[in-house]
Amino acid sequence: MTLEERSLAAPELAGRRLPRALGLLEASGAVRAAVAVLVVLALVAPLLPGWLLFLLTVAFAKGLVVLGVVLLLRGDLVSFGHGLFYAAGAYTVAFALRWGVPVRDAAPLVLLGTLVATVVAALVGLFIARYRGIFFGMLSTAFTMILYSLLLKLYWLTGGTDGLAARPAGILGLQPAADTLRLTQYYFVLVLTAAVTYGAYRLAASPLGYLMRAIYDNEIRVEYMGASVRQAIYRTYVISGALGGLGGALAAVAVGHVAPDLAYWTSSGEFVFVALFGGAGSVFAPLLGAVVFEFVRNYAFKLSPYTWQLLLGSVLVLVILFAPGGLWSLLERLAQRARGGKRS
Amino acid sequence: MGVVLETVNVTRYFGAVKAADDLSVQLAEGQTVGIVGPNGSGKTTFVNLVTGYVKPARGAVRFRGRDITPLTPRQITRLGIARSFQIPQLYLRLSVLENMLLALAIREQQHWDLWRPLKLPARVEEARCLLAQFGFDTGVDQPCAALPEGGRKLLDVALSFALRPSVLLLDEPTSGVSVEDKFAVMDRLMSVVRQSAITAVFIEHDMEVVARYAERVLVFAEGRILADGGPAAVFANPAVRTHVLGEGV
Amino acid sequence: MEQLLRVAVDGLSFASYLFLVSAGLTFIYGVMRILNVAHGSLYGLGAYMAAWLVLRLWPGGAPGALALPPVWSYGVLLLAALIIGLVVGPLLERVFIQRVVDRGEVIPLVLTFALFLMLEDIMKLIWGVNPLGADLPYAMLGAVSLAGVNYPVYPFLLTGVAVVAAAALWLIINRSRFGKLVIAVIADREVSRALGIDVPRIYTFAFTLGAVLAALGGAFSAPMISVVPGVSVEVIILAFAVTTIGGLGSIGGAAIGALLVGVLRAAAVHYVPELDLFVIYALMTAILLVKPRGLFGGVEVRRI
Repeated sequence: MTLEERSLAAPELAGRRLPRALGLLEASGAVRAAVAVLVVLALVAPLLPGWLLFLLTVAFAKGLVVLGVVLLLRGDLVSFGHGLFYAAGAYTVAFALRWGVPVRDAAPLVLLGTLVATVVAALVGLFIARYRGIFFGMLSTAFTMILYSLLLKLYWLTGGTDGLAARPAGILGLQPAADTLRLTQYYFVLVLTAAVTYGAYRLAASPLGYLMRAIYDNEIRVEYMGASVRQAIYRTYVISGALGGLGGALAAVAVGHVAPDLAYWTSSGEFVFVALFGGAGSVFAPLLGAVVFEFVRNYAFKLSPYTWQLLLGSVLVLVILFAPGGLWSLLERLAQRARGGKRS
Repeated sequence: MGVVLETVNVTRYFGAVKAADDLSVQLAEGQTVGIVGPNGSGKTTFVNLVTGYVKPARGAVRFRGRDITPLTPRQITRLGIARSFQIPQLYLRLSVLENMLLALAIREQQHWDLWRPLKLPARVEEARCLLAQFGFDTGVDQPCAALPEGGRKLLDVALSFALRPSVLLLDEPTSGVSVEDKFAVMDRLMSVVRQSAITAVFIEHDMEVVARYAERVLVFAEGRILADGGPAAVFANPAVRTHVLGEGV
Repeated sequence: MEQLLRVAVDGLSFASYLFLVSAGLTFIYGVMRILNVAHGSLYGLGAYMAAWLVLRLWPGGAPGALALPPVWSYGVLLLAALIIGLVVGPLLERVFIQRVVDRGEVIPLVLTFALFLMLEDIMKLIWGVNPLGADLPYAMLGAVSLAGVNYPVYPFLLTGVAVVAAAALWLIINRSRFGKLVIAVIADREVSRALGIDVPRIYTFAFTLGAVLAALGGAFSAPMISVVPGVSVEVIILAFAVTTIGGLGSIGGAAIGALLVGVLRAAAVHYVPELDLFVIYALMTAILLVKPRGLFGGVEVRRI
């Protein structure tokens, strides 16, 4: 009996109701491990040094953007323009603070940033949902470069290459002192990341999640079942854009600064990189990829500022050639072997 | 019994070839119709025209009196006309069960539901039931890519059937299915079809299958109807015998 | 009037090096169906090699240890381009790109992006991060007076190189044996294979040809610019815009696209400087939305 059959056959066993309701009963071993790691990361946080908290905070924020990219990747759509949403979310926070919006707390500002990015995605999606393959990629790049060119050149509005500060006055009403700021931001981002990842987990199990995979396989069949391929892509794109904006807003708050580079094509390239590096096999894969990526980049840069791209580029080449499922698929294989191959 | 689906003077070219030549066909509610004809005579084009995949140069397609010519395949499917394909169209990387679950979710227009999973217990039960009717019991969690040709054909038919259409168009449902299984498959399919009063139209090359299951046979040749009637009468028709059965040439 | 002339001249010079890079990019796409992000690196490598060679042979602008006549510096530019194109091109293609040629369009794109990252650092490791200014070939040509305004002559040479390259490319494709095989592969990969054409060899050839063009663009741009690590990053995104506008797979489209982008940018720089980048990407977006195949057709767009 598979785990699925077992769970369907034995309904309301005590202690299983909540996990069943949350849809976690069928989770694979690797997913359970990921949840456990998140819990550990929450518990040990007060013991971690500031620089590590910062690194993890930024990694989680970027991981959310990569999650957005992965949602589309499941439908064989590669967005090379997620910098658009990342920058939109980030700059919204900065603009709001600069232009004296009465709210100066990080939480509503992040929400605002996410909303703006969602609106952008809703508009761009109207056009881009009709494209596939590299033309989808090129159009997404074109849009992000438009934003970049405006952010760069309209310096009196955007601060140009200097960028803008993004320092909210507090988080959720709290005004942490300088030495606990990092910790507060960390928890803020960690909780949001966990909540959003869970949402993505439900999305992946939902009909829309499966529809994207079906679209990858056979668009004609989808239409002949009576569902609109374009609608499915559009909705996924809007959700993906929202994730990008959320990640951007959170990263802006953590870093305290925004610059036009957030919308440059290389920024989008980085998200695609991490998406493939981490893998598309699970909603946790982007987080894993993002955290490992930030660590590697941090250390590689310290080792030599002129070799971290060489290192990361080589890693990506190896992943593409030999481990196309990314880090996550390697982990799953390990988990399987650890179980002695009993059940995947 | 009213006319459920009809083409009215429908013409369609592919380059210089007339795949449909002023074709007027009326299908009655609840009928079981077999479509036969040599390759290239316009059988699949007929199905493509009627389901909106291809548009006629002239003429109209009507469903229960309503003009559906400008509609898309998706809209036509939603109206209650489903088809299966000559080459099975499946989600190869998804499992057999997942393919069926998607069909059911879309049928109920629940596919935009973000919170409830695809694998709802009630839906899974109906999916398993339907798959069992077509001979899929164990192995429904296998990816479709692992199915043999006949299995893929069957699944393709099962998916179209699952949509609970009022008109079901099957393009060569038994091709690729082994000789032993052919009649078993058609028996099962046709008994279900008869119970549900669906109008079933199937394109076939196997005349035995046609003779056994069709109430009415349409013989296509060069985009036109060569003969139209009960199987016995049609197969006795000399023109049919020459063109289609290849006799006495 | 003189504004217009200025715009035209600036536009032409900008268009010339863009054409060289874009022609190679679009040609590779036409043959292999791969959008090569590392094309920007080939440009950068050409620029670095050219600048470095010129500075070594003519340190400080004067003949060095080998006492070569300065006019040979133009030949050195060409040599640099050929070295890069003929060495790095086949290397990248055989070792990396060939392995993913049959994995759709996206995987090769991301692979070339990874190669791009690697080459960025390789350039920094070899040549450092300080700007290289090998302006001897540029300075030697001086300036000319047109309609009362002084224009440097060198950019016209760059245009000349672009024109000659275009002509050479046309000859190779339409008049050589290799060219005919390339056309067959572009038309239908599978049929070509079935006909016994050595498709992998054609791929290597096409990629190398494209690489030489990119390196040419870089090498002949070097005297005009300050060669720094950022040049590859900038040029590739512009080349994407040009090839999209002109139509992927169309060399004529790359020429028209380059001219359009060049003139548009020059005009923006003179009249509305804040929008000089914006106009390029706005045009790219507009073309993708309205005529996705680009101005000159090219390949069929995957769009539902």
